[in-house]
Amino acid sequence: MNMVQPQGTAKVRSRGLDVFYGEKQALFGVDLDIRAGEVTALIGPSGCGKSTFLRCINRMNDLVDGARVAGSLTLDGDDIYDRSVDVVQLRAKVGMVFQKPNPFPKSIYDNVAYGPRIHGKAADQSELDEIVMTSLEKAGLLKEVKDRLQESGTGLSGGQQQRLCIARAIAVEPEIVLMDEPCSALDPIATAKVEELIDELRENYTIVIVTHSMQQAARVSQRTAFFHLGKLIEVGDTEQIFTNPQEPLTQGYITGRFG
Amino acid sequence: MTEMAQTDTAVRSMDAVAARLKSRYAAERRFRALGLGAILLSVAFLAILLGSIVQKGWTGFIQTQVAVAVTFDPQVIDPDGSRDPLALDTADYATLVRNGMAARLAPDADRNARRDLTGMVSTMATEQLRRMVVANPDIIGTTATVWVLASDKIDMVVKGQVPRQLGAAGNALNDRQLGWVAQLEQSGQVRTTFNTTFFTAGDSRAPEQAGIWGAVVGSFFSLAITLLVSFPLGVATAVYLEEFAPHNRWTDLIEVNINNLAAVPSVVFGLLGLAVFLNVFHLPRSSPLAGGLVLALICLPTIIIAGRAALKAVPPSIRQAAAGLGASPLQIVAHHVLPLAMPGMLTGTILGMARALGETAPLLMIGMVAFIVDIPKSPVDPSAVLPVQIYLWAGSPERAFVEKTSAAIMVLLLFLVSMNMVAIVLRKKFERRW
Repeated sequence: MNMVQPQGTAKVRSRGLDVFYGEKQALFGVDLDIRAGEVTALIGPSGCGKSTFLRCINRMNDLVDGARVAGSLTLDGDDIYDRSVDVVQLRAKVGMVFQKPNPFPKSIYDNVAYGPRIHGKAADQSELDEIVMTSLEKAGLLKEVKDRLQESGTGLSGGQQQRLCIARAIAVEPEIVLMDEPCSALDPIATAKVEELIDELRENYTIVIVTHSMQQAARVSQRTAFFHLGKLIEVGDTEQIFTNPQEPLTQGYITGRFG
Repeated sequence: MTEMAQTDTAVRSMDAVAARLKSRYAAERRFRALGLGAILLSVAFLAILLGSIVQKGWTGFIQTQVAVAVTFDPQVIDPDGSRDPLALDTADYATLVRNGMAARLAPDADRNARRDLTGMVSTMATEQLRRMVVANPDIIGTTATVWVLASDKIDMVVKGQVPRQLGAAGNALNDRQLGWVAQLEQSGQVRTTFNTTFFTAGDSRAPEQAGIWGAVVGSFFSLAITLLVSFPLGVATAVYLEEFAPHNRWTDLIEVNINNLAAVPSVVFGLLGLAVFLNVFHLPRSSPLAGGLVLALICLPTIIIAGRAALKAVPPSIRQAAAGLGASPLQIVAHHVLPLAMPGMLTGTILGMARALGETAPLLMIGMVAFIVDIPKSPVDPSAVLPVQIYLWAGSPERAFVEKTSAAIMVLLLFLVSMNMVAIVLRKKFERRW
């Protein structure tokens, strides 16, 4: 597999993707390409299916009772839902940051070291230290916590916890980072820091972010996809979506006529 | 006019607000007083209960001894002077005790008087003399003052548990014996000491020789078996049902059944144990092994229910975080969910074990009500357990068993408190790991 991909090629590609939760259909025939090396924002009103789409990419929907997926969803051309795919390997490649910061009730060090440990990414202790330090550095948290790595991760502030979760996700060296409304539980200052971080991470990772804030989508993403009632309405460059939407529904949403 | 009316309304509404506030505060005060009253009432009942147990039972930790000047008469112990160990072992030491008592109290006692004398000291005295002679045969031919255990009847009178009047309720001594007791007490030949027998001996028909140790060891073995069986099984069941099992009609059925089992009377589990463990598997009757297995059955539903509740209380965000990092389902449970749920599971286990410690009825069903004198050496030896021992003593007619019963209850409570302490320490330890 070719690791260095030119910006703009489709990293994740969905064709006719349907998702059902029991009887209820949550996604209807979604065709969407996520490009490598870019931040793609998924926007839309609550219950529109954007989180569902996000959770299909690392198969977190497997944890939901009665969830069923039809259609095709590929990562680098390989079907994510193929029987031969090992979910554990997939999730090592596709990291995730959740809406509410959810550090493990362990030390800051152990939080970041957990992923590399279970995937055997480090041969010895010094290598593990190195991974933890680099990840915290990349997440912009190292300066704030380097003297208290053994303290509990749950003792940090909300914004710091979320950056710890990002450090934890990138410690596994994923190719894609999924973010499910990562700033909805943060204050404006912490939000600004996380957004800044997302912008920096774009160099090394493909990022998909679900957000309720259109300003945030406009600030951090290069491409934006607008979902409505389980259907993908429109996808395009962020600037175009916010300045010149093609669909009346998109226009209605971004101008605040509904949502 | 209108202004006046307005002010009036305002004042009235102010009054109404003040009145409402006042009644609200009053309601709050009443509620607090009720709560405080309830607590005080339960503390009072607890104090009465514990107080009556301690007041009745503390004398159980004390024993009465009588000084006897024993002449180790070679004619009685070893008439042919061979010092044969067998002869020494089987000699008539009861006569030595009786002679010693007679020499001091009634030198010219007839048959009846001698029988009364024998009734004053415990049969343990004979055993005590035998041990002395076997350990040191040179003692034969000498005279020594030996403190021997008094019989339970003397014990009761000396401790003041029964009145000294002849024929008073519970007083089994005749006037001759009462006179001797007074005589011995005057000459300082009666003393009370700490009752080591109670903490080292097994059960006995003679109250002054009965001890709790056999039941303590039996309870310990039983609970160890219970813990070893029910904790791993219960935790594994809870984890499987909560974390891995699909939610369908079968698991619903299992859940309903587990909840029902928690409410099944324990005597039913005893019958089950009798039918399965004894009649099918032929485990030794009256043994801590069989008892522990029955108690494990009783504990299991409690542990499973508490375990599932503890697992449910672990926030799903932790599971998602671990899953998002690529942890396998087993890793999610073993690394994150189980450690977080462990304090709650331990609490459930201790609740179950505390119930098991106090269970009596199911153990009666598997024969643990038998009269067992020996201290069990392993979980397959016949043995008593604390609650059954209490039950047995409570039903014994001798007055001296009343204080033994209360003393045994104290030991049981102590056992319970120390178990809870261990649980709290363990829980704190698990919680501090984070």
